[in-house]
Amino acid sequence: MTKGARQAAREKAKKARTRRGQTIAVVSSAVVLGGLSALIFTSSGWPDVQETFFSAEAFRTSFPDILKAFWLDVKMFLVIEVVVLVLGLVIALVRSGRNPVFFPIRLIAAVYCDIFRGVPVILLIYMFGFGIPALGLSGVPNDPILLAGFALALAYGAYVAEVYRAGIGSVHQTQTDAALAVGLTRTQALRHVVLPQAIRRVRPPLLNDFISLQKDVALVSILGIVEAFQQAQIFAASTFNYTPLVAAALLYLAVTIPMARILDHITARGEVNA
Amino acid sequence: MTVPVLELKGVTKSFGERLVLDGIDLSVDEHEAVALIGASGSGKSTLLRCVDLLVEIDDGDVFLDGEVITDPSVDEVDVRRRLGFVFQAFNLFPHMSVIDNVTLGIVRGQGVGSTEAVDRGRALLEKCGLEGREKDRPDELSGGQQQRVALARAFAAEPRAMLLDEVTSALDPELVGDVLEAVRELKLEGMTLIFATHEMSFAREVADKVAFLHSGRIIEAGKPEEVLDDPKEPETQKFLRRLLAGGRI
Repeated sequence: MTKGARQAAREKAKKARTRRGQTIAVVSSAVVLGGLSALIFTSSGWPDVQETFFSAEAFRTSFPDILKAFWLDVKMFLVIEVVVLVLGLVIALVRSGRNPVFFPIRLIAAVYCDIFRGVPVILLIYMFGFGIPALGLSGVPNDPILLAGFALALAYGAYVAEVYRAGIGSVHQTQTDAALAVGLTRTQALRHVVLPQAIRRVRPPLLNDFISLQKDVALVSILGIVEAFQQAQIFAASTFNYTPLVAAALLYLAVTIPMARILDHITARGEVNA
Repeated sequence: MTVPVLELKGVTKSFGERLVLDGIDLSVDEHEAVALIGASGSGKSTLLRCVDLLVEIDDGDVFLDGEVITDPSVDEVDVRRRLGFVFQAFNLFPHMSVIDNVTLGIVRGQGVGSTEAVDRGRALLEKCGLEGREKDRPDELSGGQQQRVALARAFAAEPRAMLLDEVTSALDPELVGDVLEAVRELKLEGMTLIFATHEMSFAREVADKVAFLHSGRIIEAGKPEEVLDDPKEPETQKFLRRLLAGGRI
């Protein structure tokens, strides 16, 4: 056989392999998804479930109000994300420092991280939302949205601080050595050499925390704040139909799925570079 | 008598229980090149790192142009700005372009304007045979090219002396030549050098003085032909014999 013929044969075999792979993927998807659908749609309770959770009528009447309420979620997580990015970085820098003068601050930062990561977010929101106004301090805001925002920002700030800290720790000591050797101060070495590399590395876990935060904003509803989930509950409670909750779920997905795709994209690019 | 550019007196350093440098005395005159030879773990790297104040010494003193630099009151950042250091594993900044690697130190550390710094960096890169690579990232370069960038980076600040820590050990054999050529160039321009090396032929060619380190001490030092061809100390003889047997000379 000539070289050209062998090459043609190889290409043909490769194509056949690809085709076979695609066929298997399509068939197995059809079997799994079809089976699940058949299981659900032929179940005795399905007509009731369809009416209660997937009513087109209930969706139409509730969706505009839930969408409006969802803007509060969006505003809250956007602001909180910015606060968390800054707060987390400050805490991480404090914890990564070695200057003995800052020991008390480092201790406070460590305790903060432990507590705010360790207590369920829903409890923090509860304590901030009901506890702080109860203190009756003058000059302290009583707006539940603000207080819930504080609670979420502090909780996620603690997570994100640890993410940053891991990133800073992952930049090898030799990078600091090189930065010092070219005549930078320790602060300059951190600012121009260590942090840029650390932040680049932690973008995937940071975005992951943001996806989590975008859903957890729904927890502020326990303070009676009317955001998407609360609005959906109001509809559900008055009509005994849960379709509004499904509508709210779709809205959360509408922000978290794009975020997940961005995350995939960044992670894939990181792998190519590494 | 002229003051040496670098002088080490009784420099001692331990890491925990392990004594790494044991009373090192060494003096390097202006335009002089000193080669540090010795087995891995003999203290060559630590000695260089101590001089650049990347490692704090336990005892003894290091002088730069006659001034002590190992006193706690001395500004270490200022000392490091007067010395250039090149690492075995290059240690380039991977998130920066080649030109930013070369100019970071002089822009941030010495306040050189960025236009001037870029001009200076460009000229240096050209001299190292890296023209046109300014915008590349370090990982787009071969090891030899990266090490030449590292040499340019250390040279950019016009240091009083340069400390080279086995700059060819991490390179594939065919890339060693270009880097050695760049070091040779530095020597020809009169740069004061201390370099740790495993390349005996290079030490012979470039160094004015060779110092053999063993267990943290300089056992033998002198002109390259004295130390390399006619070593007096048994340890030096043993070391060189082993290199010879390994085909490294």
